[in-house]
Amino acid sequence: MSEPEKPSPGGDANRRDFFNEVASVALGIAGLGAAVVTYRFLSPNVLFEPSPTFRAGNPDLFPVNSMTYLQDQQVYIVRTKEGFYAVSAVCTHLGCITQWKPEADQIACPCHGSKFRPDGTKIEGPAPRPLPHFAITLTAEGELMVDKLEVVKPSQILKV
Amino acid sequence: MATSSLAQAFGRLRATQVWKSIFRRGPARTNRTRSLAVFGNLFLHALPVKVRDKSLRVRATYYLGSITFFLFVVLVITGILLMLYYHPAVPQAYRDMKDLGFVVSNGVFLRNLHRLAAQAMVVAVFWHMFHVFYRGGYRPPREFNWVVGVGLLLVTLFLSYTGYLLPWDQLAFWAITVGTNIISAMPILGRPVRFMLLGGNLVGENALLRFYVLHCVILPLIAIVLVGVHFWRIQKDGGLTVKETFQEENGRKEE
Repeated sequence: MSEPEKPSPGGDANRRDFFNEVASVALGIAGLGAAVVTYRFLSPNVLFEPSPTFRAGNPDLFPVNSMTYLQDQQVYIVRTKEGFYAVSAVCTHLGCITQWKPEADQIACPCHGSKFRPDGTKIEGPAPRPLPHFAITLTAEGELMVDKLEVVKPSQILKV
Repeated sequence: MATSSLAQAFGRLRATQVWKSIFRRGPARTNRTRSLAVFGNLFLHALPVKVRDKSLRVRATYYLGSITFFLFVVLVITGILLMLYYHPAVPQAYRDMKDLGFVVSNGVFLRNLHRLAAQAMVVAVFWHMFHVFYRGGYRPPREFNWVVGVGLLLVTLFLSYTGYLLPWDQLAFWAITVGTNIISAMPILGRPVRFMLLGGNLVGENALLRFYVLHCVILPLIAIVLVGVHFWRIQKDGGLTVKETFQEENGRKEE
């Protein structure tokens, strides 16, 4: 009697095929586990980066109709007659830091020439989106508090 | 007289047991012993024993792949030397780079050699690929070696890119900021890949260390393995392409 070339899927696999399959599955599981563990290892749990929420100081520091750039936070604090809003200073194109040009009444990006209005809306350039507005609130002590993790609608203005 | 006595001394050295234990054969005087000398050497055995004389003819595009390889060797040697003065930390990295320029003896020479060799290697890789492409060297049986070559192109570009951050100056910082933001434009995977590459949300200490490890360990190891496969495949695929042979094969196909 000659042995069949391939074992039928029904289950008369020989011992070599059985152990090969067990070993492949075991190696697969171990490899998958190693990949997951390595991925977890490579994602840092603690970041030593500037806090995304910060106090910008007393509202009286900002005169009416002014635009103030906070360098450490990369945010513009804008005060109009209506109130306060916070605009990101990071260009939505490729992450360069924009500059406020008061003589042109524009926010301009030095990297690829995008231009924005003081309220963050786009005038021109490769930037795909307007500059986002961040949530701005008053603390119990009466200080301005900006949360860069919370993007709000441009119509949302803090009245003081 | 001097040369013959030198030859005699060399002959006596060859007769010693130490020499025989290392090389295990006599002088390579016949084609057979020459072939054996190549086969029996770890560093040469991936190379062909015989080459066509046409592939050794000097032309404008002569040895482009070898030029690329020797630039890589220069980069490994100068890179290891530069590592002895460089700390991948903020702000020490920038100071070390300045020290290499103004304080360390021959530091300017080594750093510029590394930088210029890197730029020359990118040029040489592209020139080599253009040459292979326009000569039809990617055709069967060499199509897999072309794919390995594309992998080597990518590794070369990643090596250039990761090395770009290491001086930790303004150019480096913004180049990597812009470059990793391009990565994050990729749908779904973009942001996680950028986070893993930088080890955070912005280009900082973690990013510098990760790029340093990629530049000095991971990418060179991948490059060495791929170069090994690339050279070995040249031999297995029938040696370097020669223009005349290519035309002959073409003619035969058309008949």
